[in-house]
Amino acid sequence: MANLLEIKDLSVSAEEKEILKGVSLTLSENETHVLMGPNGAGKSTLGSTIMGSPEYTVTKGKILFDGEDITELSADKRAKKGIFLSFQNPIEIPGITLSQFLRNAHEQVTGKHTKLWDFKKQLKAAMEVLDMDTSYAERDLNAGFSGGEKKKAEILQLLILKPKLAILDETDSGLDVDAVRTVSKGIDEYKRTTGGLLLVITHNTKILDALKVDKTHILADGAIAAEGGAELVGQVISEGFEKYTKKD
Amino acid sequence: MKEKTVVSDIDRSLYDFRYEEDESEYFDSGLSKEIISAISDEKNDTEWMREFRLKALDIYSKTKMVEWGPSIEGLDVDNIVTYIRQRSRMNTDWSEVPDDIKDTFERLGIPQAERESLAGVGAQYDSELVYHNVRKEVAESGVVYTDLESAMHDEKYADMIREHFMKLVPPTDHKFAALHGAVWSGGSFVYVPKGVKLEIPLQSYFRLNAKGAGQFEHTLIILEEDSYLHFIEGCSAPKYYEAGLHAGCVELFVGKNATLRYSTIENWSKNMYNLNTKRAVVDEGGKIEWVSGSFGSHVSYLYPMSILNGKGASAEFTGITFAGEGQNLDTGAKIVHNAPDTSSYINTKSISKSGGISTFRSAVTVNSNAEGSKSAVNCESLMLDRISRSDTVPVMDIKTDKADIGHEAKIGRISDEAVFYLMSRGLDEESAKAMIVRGFADNVSKELPLEYAVEMNNLIGLEMKGSIG
Ligand SMILES: Nc1ncnc2c1ncn2[C@@H]1O[C@H](COP(=O)(O)OP(=O)(O)OP(=O)(O)O)[C@@H](O)[C@H]1O
Ligand SMILES: [Mg+2]
Repeated sequence: MANLLEIKDLSVSAEEKEILKGVSLTLSENETHVLMGPNGAGKSTLGSTIMGSPEYTVTKGKILFDGEDITELSADKRAKKGIFLSFQNPIEIPGITLSQFLRNAHEQVTGKHTKLWDFKKQLKAAMEVLDMDTSYAERDLNAGFSGGEKKKAEILQLLILKPKLAILDETDSGLDVDAVRTVSKGIDEYKRTTGGLLLVITHNTKILDALKVDKTHILADGAIAAEGGAELVGQVISEGFEKYTKKD
Repeated sequence: MKEKTVVSDIDRSLYDFRYEEDESEYFDSGLSKEIISAISDEKNDTEWMREFRLKALDIYSKTKMVEWGPSIEGLDVDNIVTYIRQRSRMNTDWSEVPDDIKDTFERLGIPQAERESLAGVGAQYDSELVYHNVRKEVAESGVVYTDLESAMHDEKYADMIREHFMKLVPPTDHKFAALHGAVWSGGSFVYVPKGVKLEIPLQSYFRLNAKGAGQFEHTLIILEEDSYLHFIEGCSAPKYYEAGLHAGCVELFVGKNATLRYSTIENWSKNMYNLNTKRAVVDEGGKIEWVSGSFGSHVSYLYPMSILNGKGASAEFTGITFAGEGQNLDTGAKIVHNAPDTSSYINTKSISKSGGISTFRSAVTVNSNAEGSKSAVNCESLMLDRISRSDTVPVMDIKTDKADIGHEAKIGRISDEAVFYLMSRGLDEESAKAMIVRGFADNVSKELPLEYAVEMNNLIGLEMKGSIG
């Protein structure tokens, strides 16, 4: 299968601090990848850098998407090419309703105008998958949402925007047992209907239950410390990251 | 399809078009007894008004320049033309308004708004009203809506006006109130009789077209017991290099159990000094609701004051100020609780960008006779970049301990994380920022009349253009 995302020897820093140190990854269409690693290893940094966050500076290496070098592209252009990031900490935007915002985003990403009626229908269907009350659509974007509700709202956006690559940054953390199941259902729905590439950043296995994991990467101290198949997830859960982190 | 509204698709060019004036109609610039008397002659002033103007001029020359706000050094009153003779008399039919002036108001959407959503309209062009009209059924209910000059010469209202004119804002209030007293011209007079509730708004639109000139309209509104009125005021001017001056005055008398909603969208060009004074006095159980949007002008001083004189009277102030490059907007709201059980609520947002400065001052006074009163002040400001400034300056003077006073102020910058979040969903930087600003302004723009809310949204979009860098 064709490579969709290639990260080549990527080094990234923020505020003079080097966070990622020569990371290389290759991800193909339709696959499901898991990224694990201790707190502070640089997982969110990697996700944000792929999305194009101006907070991070690429000091070395490049990012290719669909064969094209996107290292210098702004986040909106990457979104339009089909990259999506479910944020570890989604931002609250008061005064803009979730539905207004999503309709706008949908128009931007697809470049097409959808009739309000049709959009509302799509939105309603997606909210059903996620057991979300439709009243959330008319609430301000993430404002006053609980931690779990914010994560559901991220997956709702995923279902509406249908990207080619979805990076899910700890979408499962802070969710109760039922919510994890619902969110997994949403991710599964995305996978089934779009066949998109998933990069799942997580500390748990629950969210992976419904997914067929193709590859696991361990990030420790800003570098890839190990790679393997689905079995690596279980191994990390039982043994921890100790053997990947150098003590000095 | 975007929903079509009365004032849609605004861009700045809409305000910036202008027609050449016939300068022979300009009075000499500056201030002198001769000029003031000439204005009185022109307007056929009554004797008391002639004297009033001259006295105000005297107060003006003896009063020190105001000192509390941003610098107005660039304003030289001696270079301002205070009066421009109008080419035609005031009309009640748009077809009789001179073509270029009519076209100006057409472009601003006024006649259309009048047909669709207003009970009456007044339109002032430079110094004089060119149009004033109310719907027949409104006039029949006893509501008077006309220019102050005509009302003053109407024996039915002459005494009423003399009794109220510049009583709330006396010429001794500050230097520009004195100036206003001397050279005022145009504006509106509204009288709503007891028990009459006007369901649809009246709107006056003030357009300053001449360059290097001043506009000094006077708005006097009297609401009798149990009445209701929504009055909308709009203002704009095209851009010139010469500084312009707006020193209007608004006096509102709200009777027992009456409610007055006073909405303003001010979009003067960015060379204007907007030194405006607005004041309301509210009787027992009455209510004043101010809605105020300040977008234009180079420097603004604007602090509408509500004096709650009757038991249970209340005031609400909802305001938004947007200061861009080269603008210093000093706005605010003043409330005086002067009777028991009065209440006030101030809710404002100020935005600054590209080096603009916006300062919001709230001043709440609770007198010792105002036991059981309540006041809540909520001010938020948002700075869109590092070179802009936004401030809130709350002042409270509470003379009774039997009052419930709350104050909350928040100052913030537009967050890079929020911008990135929206951009990661496909919005370009400009749209992302505009969306955040609109969201910030949302609970204020909801209060604006619909067409102005749309206009404000467009203005925000416009202001955000080219602000990225
Ligand atoms: N903008 C920034 N400025 C400075 N340091 C940063 C910045 N962003 C992240 N870091 C630092 O970089 C390191 C990696 O952070 P990152 O958020 O990528 O970790 P993570 O692997 O996602 O951790 P967790 O599992 O806790 O979410 C941390 O030490 C963090 O403090
Ligand atoms: Mg993280």
